[in-house]
Amino acid sequence: MPEDSIHYDKPIGDQVAYTTCYMCACRCGIKVHLNDGKLRYIEGNRDHPINRGVLCAKGSAGIMTALSPARLRKPLKRVGPRGAGEFVEIEWDEAMAIATARLAHIRATDPNKLALFTGRDQSQSLTGYFAQMFGTMNFAAHGGFCSVNMAAAGLYSMGGAFWEFGEPDWDHAKLFLLFGVAEDHDSNPMKLGLAKLKERGAKIITINPVRTGYSAIADEFVGITPGTDGLFVLSLIYCLLQSGKIDTEFLVRYTNAHHLVIDAPGMADHGLIARNDNGVPLAYDRTGNHLAPATSIAIDPALLGRFSLPDGRMAQPAFALLAARYTDDAYAPERVAERCGIDAATIRRIAAEIAEIAFNQAISINQPWTDSAGRRHATMTGRPVAMHAMRGISAHSNGFHTCRAIHVLQMLLGAVDTPGSWRYKSPYPKPIPAGPPPGGAKRHENGSLTTAPLGFPTGPDDLLVDDHGEALRLDRAFSWDAPLGIHGLMHMAIAEAHAAGPEKIDTLFLFMANMAWNSAMNPGETTRMLADCDETGQYRIPFVIYADAFFSETVPYADLVLPDTTYLERHDCISLLDRPIGSAHGPADAIRTPVLVPDRDVRPFQDVLIDLAGRLGLPNFVDENGNKLYASYADYMVRHQRKPGLGPLAGFRGDAGDAPGRGAPNPEQINRYIENRGFWQHHLPAEQLYYKHHNQAYLQGAKAMGFIESDAPITLNLYCEILQKFRLAGENHGTRVPPARLRASIVRFMDPLPIWYPPVEEALSDPQQFPLHAITQRPMAMYHSWGSQNAWLRQILSENRLYLHRSLAAKHQLVDEDWVQVTSRNGTLKCQVRLMDGLNPNTVWTWNAIGKRAGAWALVKDAPEAKRGFLLNHLISEYLPASEAGHRASNSDPVTGQAAWFDLTVRLEKCAADTDAVTEPSMPDLSAPFALNHPIILRHGAPEHAA
Amino acid sequence: MKPANSVLLLTTLTGFGYGLLAWLGIFAALGVLPHRAWLVPVGIAVSLGLASAGLIASTLHLGRPERAWRAFSQWRSSWLSREGVAAMLTYLPALAFAALWWGVGPNAASTRLMGLLAALAGLGTVYCTAMIYASLKPIRQWHNQHTAPDYMIFALFSGGLLFAAALAWTGAALSLAVSLALVITIIAAFAKNAYWRFIDQQTPLTTLASATGLAAFGPVTTLDQPHFTENYILREMGYQIARKHAAKLRRLVLLIGFAAPALLLLLALAGFAPGFATILAVILAAMGLFAERWLFFAEATHVAAMYYGRPG
Amino acid sequence: MTSLPQPLPGATKLGLVIDLDTCVGCHACAVNCKEWNTGGHHAPLPDHQPYGAEPDGVWFNRIHSYEAQAPGCGGRTVNFPRSCLHCEQPQCVTVCPTGASYKRAEDGIVLINTDICIGCKLCSWACPYGAREFDEDAGVMKKCTLCIDRIYNTSLPEAEREPACVATCPSRARHFGDLGDPDSAVSKLVAARGGVALMPELGYQPTNRYLPPRKAQIALPPAEAPTQAGTGVGAALLSLLDRVLSR
Ligand SMILES: Nc1nc2c(c(=O)[nH]1)N[C@H]1C(S)=C(S)[C@@H](COP(=O)(O)OP(=O)(O)OC[C@H]3O[C@@H](n4cnc5c(=O)[nH]c(N)nc54)[C@H](O)[C@@H]3O)O[C@H]1N2
Ligand SMILES: Nc1nc2c(c(=O)[nH]1)N[C@H]1C(S)=C(S)[C@@H](COP(=O)(O)OP(=O)(O)OC[C@H]3O[C@@H](n4cnc5c(=O)[nH]c(N)nc54)[C@H](O)[C@@H]3O)O[C@H]1N2
Ligand code: SF4
Ligand code: SF4
Ligand code: SF4
Ligand code: SF4
Ligand code: SF4
Ligand SMILES: [Mo]
Repeated sequence: MPEDSIHYDKPIGDQVAYTTCYMCACRCGIKVHLNDGKLRYIEGNRDHPINRGVLCAKGSAGIMTALSPARLRKPLKRVGPRGAGEFVEIEWDEAMAIATARLAHIRATDPNKLALFTGRDQSQSLTGYFAQMFGTMNFAAHGGFCSVNMAAAGLYSMGGAFWEFGEPDWDHAKLFLLFGVAEDHDSNPMKLGLAKLKERGAKIITINPVRTGYSAIADEFVGITPGTDGLFVLSLIYCLLQSGKIDTEFLVRYTNAHHLVIDAPGMADHGLIARNDNGVPLAYDRTGNHLAPATSIAIDPALLGRFSLPDGRMAQPAFALLAARYTDDAYAPERVAERCGIDAATIRRIAAEIAEIAFNQAISINQPWTDSAGRRHATMTGRPVAMHAMRGISAHSNGFHTCRAIHVLQMLLGAVDTPGSWRYKSPYPKPIPAGPPPGGAKRHENGSLTTAPLGFPTGPDDLLVDDHGEALRLDRAFSWDAPLGIHGLMHMAIAEAHAAGPEKIDTLFLFMANMAWNSAMNPGETTRMLADCDETGQYRIPFVIYADAFFSETVPYADLVLPDTTYLERHDCISLLDRPIGSAHGPADAIRTPVLVPDRDVRPFQDVLIDLAGRLGLPNFVDENGNKLYASYADYMVRHQRKPGLGPLAGFRGDAGDAPGRGAPNPEQINRYIENRGFWQHHLPAEQLYYKHHNQAYLQGAKAMGFIESDAPITLNLYCEILQKFRLAGENHGTRVPPARLRASIVRFMDPLPIWYPPVEEALSDPQQFPLHAITQRPMAMYHSWGSQNAWLRQILSENRLYLHRSLAAKHQLVDEDWVQVTSRNGTLKCQVRLMDGLNPNTVWTWNAIGKRAGAWALVKDAPEAKRGFLLNHLISEYLPASEAGHRASNSDPVTGQAAWFDLTVRLEKCAADTDAVTEPSMPDLSAPFALNHPIILRHGAPEHAA
Repeated sequence: MKPANSVLLLTTLTGFGYGLLAWLGIFAALGVLPHRAWLVPVGIAVSLGLASAGLIASTLHLGRPERAWRAFSQWRSSWLSREGVAAMLTYLPALAFAALWWGVGPNAASTRLMGLLAALAGLGTVYCTAMIYASLKPIRQWHNQHTAPDYMIFALFSGGLLFAAALAWTGAALSLAVSLALVITIIAAFAKNAYWRFIDQQTPLTTLASATGLAAFGPVTTLDQPHFTENYILREMGYQIARKHAAKLRRLVLLIGFAAPALLLLLALAGFAPGFATILAVILAAMGLFAERWLFFAEATHVAAMYYGRPG
Repeated sequence: MTSLPQPLPGATKLGLVIDLDTCVGCHACAVNCKEWNTGGHHAPLPDHQPYGAEPDGVWFNRIHSYEAQAPGCGGRTVNFPRSCLHCEQPQCVTVCPTGASYKRAEDGIVLINTDICIGCKLCSWACPYGAREFDEDAGVMKKCTLCIDRIYNTSLPEAEREPACVATCPSRARHFGDLGDPDSAVSKLVAARGGVALMPELGYQPTNRYLPPRKAQIALPPAEAPTQAGTGVGAALLSLLDRVLSR
């Protein structure tokens, strides 16, 4: 009998390369094995700070994305009508010439007529810089439809945020509350962290309507009704205040709880913080019985009471306002229980558990440190209650305030960047506000904007509005519709460009966002608008340039398609200027380097953008003679300096390559990254690891490395004065006031303390007619729309179902796989159901972005993704119902402009037994702009001789 | 379990073949086989022909038929291997029996002994086939005391009909063979009925809770499957047949497979066109048995299907 | 050889321990397994209609999810990875007519020699766990090899000699080791966590073990003053705020 020939010494491949995964935005380090130049195996880089050797399903399937038949092959020029998908392949020279001519004309006439919107990319520091140098304010990245609520609430409260800017202290937390997270950006770190919590026996509570994924392994599942987390959290705060379980010392040391707030209703400075002549906030010192600088360390500050200011007006500590508000019985568990779908007893118990862990099981690390007042502390004390939240909070129109409520809860517990609590990831914390205001109002002589288009407003004066108070930007960010729209409102770009017509926007330049499908709030409407013409037969959106790597649903709607490389074929930079791979342990960044040589006529988008900037002669992309400064993105990564010594990559700077953070450009930098397996990491010394907002050594170090301008302590905003400034404008104070239609809403929503209100769309719709909440979740094994082209991943999720609670199913006499019609105020779809127990009974849900338009992604037209998959987006809309005056407000959070995907409410009807077994609506099939030759069978990895 | 035509053919054809061989051998051993020189050689040819056809059909079911020869090696542990070896070994006594019958004569002790040996070898092969199924623990409808006897009974039943037909066409005295065939037909019908009653009352081997190790957590229901489209396990082990459909088929099997042949045997016994009646009985029994074998698979459930929420 | 090796007490029994308490059902192990093995000992693991209407490939590890209705804890969703359990009494081996299926005496790994497998599928019928996967393209049976070509691979650093699924699992829910050695880390884990064998009643004596879900709880001190609604700024808060605060 022949022996089984097992090879015990066969190397995996003949070549190894380290780079960064980009099957999603988590940025794990990968070790790629090649054999004969072909991909053999991708595994996690064990040294990498993000993933420590592990790899998710998507990362492991990278080989199949690199081989995807949907990869674009050559630049395309539209020849048929928009949307018909008729293209001719053109050479790059022609493509660049078309783009350059168009953009040069725009820049010479009205630079704002270029709208550059970029999606799930990791090069916003480049694309944003391009927009700034081009001189257009109409730039946004994906945060607006993603999680700007989390970013804004965090940055305006703590100078850091859940959203990629912070992480739980996995090594010390004893209680972890996870709000509305299915997967998150930090997908591998989150799982590694949960494993650590489990190993230590910490308790995990998930607050989520659906019990899958992380909620499946939670010790307690709280099946909340969507959109009510704010109320739940404020009720927890009520309980903690009632029982006096708050960390007052933390509050007065690190937050503005004791700052006196002017109490002068009707006056222009009502609700602002009282300051002395030097602008220092005031507090009331109980020992000295007088007003004192709130920053003084010699005071015993009052947290309750009313005090008179030197000018005779009254003021109250911010905390007193907070206490008065949340001790109101409107927040009693018994009063919120039904609305939240959570028992009052459960709310009380969770509050008690939080208090128990925070105050009776506090931890102390034997690590001396010095606070920013110069006091030395022998230990670091922590409240080991950690929290994290994401889109379950942010994708509601009350998400900003809900997220603020969670931050307020953290502050009351003293659980911000302390051992066991939530921690900042370097390079955070940042001051509040975190940067300059949004650019757009002013330009330099060379045409560039004075500051980057996305910035941080500090009050009405920073808004980008015209004399009528109406938005200057295409997407209405930084207007009274979305004052803190710090990431822009990408989801409004197409609708607003369509509504405004060619007067406002000439060219819509999109990169890496499937705007005609899953990131459209309503794909039917969006595609209609993209292809819509005015009376003269001209497209209402005159020109669309799109850079994608694959044949997505958006490609057919572009006039010019710039084919990108895949992530294994290009340089990339995961920069501290953008969203780096830093952690609570220190700053870190990473690069991607080409592992494969493209077998198609495609170019890395960043190279193309830098080339375009050179051809357009944009400032800082060309020298004084107009010659291009950078040969490629790799060249830019090394030589570009944002400020002296600060560039895209923080590692290995300086002539000797040993300067961390700040230093002269090092021509060898990329090689040093490669030698170091693709990343750079700086370990913070132990004394800098916690209390970063007030940790002297940390703040000084961060300043030296260029993360912050000043080493002043960062006072956490329990009370957010900036919001009050907008609110005062709503009350008609100041020179810039909102248009009449928005006054009341500004007053209501720009509250300096967290509020809860029902999600806006829900409040506008009839609960009898649409009694159910409808939400989506991220599947762990798929990334948005782009996983379906992957031969392995699509085998896991080639279809999706609408999940219902068994009790709801019984009401409608539904069993697994039955077909239903789902109706919202915006439309109807048809799909199949699946029953489950672990679900809020008034909620239905499905996986996000599994449904595909037939023919897209180079799949066969009767692919299950198209025939039995569906997209919930068909029921959503980017607009709320029109007001009586005919105004259509965007379906977004009124503070930040965050797209309110999860506010949707629907009703169900069972389909007749003889209904066609195909999901609806079905949009017309797409055809790939190249010949398809699908293998019938894939034998990847077959030994050559056996083929 | 998915009924695969090649396996259905294998088991029915070998049943006919080895059954006929058994009747020939036993009758010869007892000395009650009509003394016609060509009877045994032709009978053996038919029996080995049918069995060989079944065996060849079964190799069609293999992924690598060209390697089929390897299947003889593991007779120490594998019933499939034993079946192969037994089938091969059966050719020897069967051919020797035919040769002796022809050459040395029906009454020779060696002929009768060889007849007995051939019969035993044939039945032994059927037993091995049966044990392939009967030994599979994950399939409760197979792994029970019915399977092995039933296979033997059905082989004797189908072979018996064929034997009766053969005798009818030789014009020899029929009553003993036909009566015995009638008896075994009735036994077979009862056996099948008993089997069906048995599997209908059988409790499932295990539960999803035990299959997932979650027995301590109460009842377990399926939420999501690893993949949406069918895979090998589901195609092979997840095959399901509707109860209504199965009940109809069962009645058909009883009618065509057992009742009709029994009636035809009675006719033959009564001397009413025995040649024609017995041949018709064989044809109907073949159809009935093919359906019976189809049901044997289709009604069998495999515990692995439970993981996918299908009956196991 | 399809007869089973004599089980010796204390013999090495390599296998996996899968922690259902931490498995989030991410399919990472399944895909990494596919990726490793499609170029490994059983290469390839083909995919039929990879871009078509009924995609279907060979996978050695598949992830299910279930809901368990644990009394008193309101139910629990359990993700459940399923692969070969490298049984001690594997009927998949004894039924094999060719000797292609075998159990190694030295470490208990159950393997298939695809060079001599005839593709009769009988072994897959004999496996109650649905762990065997037929490669229709090559006409032979395949299954989890416990990454035989990784765990002993001398071209890999010692630390990397573990199955692909174990190395990649982001929740660290998969453990690999010698379950025959009561002092091994995996054996201790199984003992500490009450690891279970699947379907013990069938007698296959699987080597792999599954660790059941747990439920961490926080013991609360007896409730202090009953927290009643309706008191405004509570007494507790007032007395707390009375204390001197140092900035
Ligand atoms: N119903 C519902 N809708 C949602 C959400 C939801 O939760 N529910 N979530 C929203 C959120 S948070 C987000 S972030 C959006 C995401 O929505 P999108 O940003 O549209 O995300 P993708 O589908 O990933 O589309 C990205 C595009 O980038 C392309 N691409 C992939 N790799 C590359 C590359 O290397 N180069 C280039 N140039 N292109 C590439 C893909 O082909 C695809 O066309 O969806 C939103 N839509
Ligand atoms: N595998 C994978 N990973 C991804 C992505 C992907 O597509 N695939 N996308 C990336 C992107 S762009 C983003 S933005 C992140 C988002 O990552 P997540 O924040 O995990 O986003 P979702 O999957 O939309 O999860 C939202 C969760 O909130 C719950 N939820 C909905 N409404 C409510 C509510 O009112 N209250 C509470 N408490 N929960 C609620 C839903 O049930 C769901 O579990 O993931 C990133 N990571
Ligand atoms: S989480 Fe997965 S897909 Fe995302 S970067 Fe990491 S390995 Fe790649
Ligand atoms: S990789 Fe780990 S967590 Fe993910 S499915 Fe597999 S065992 Fe579960
Ligand atoms: S799990 Fe199945 S294939 Fe694996 S050894 Fe056990 S019986 Fe054999
Ligand atoms: S399919 Fe192959 S391994 Fe399985 S029993 Fe048949 S010959 Fe043995
Ligand atoms: S041990 Fe290897 S072959 Fe087995 S499931 Fe894990 S990765 Fe796959
Ligand atoms: Mo997102």
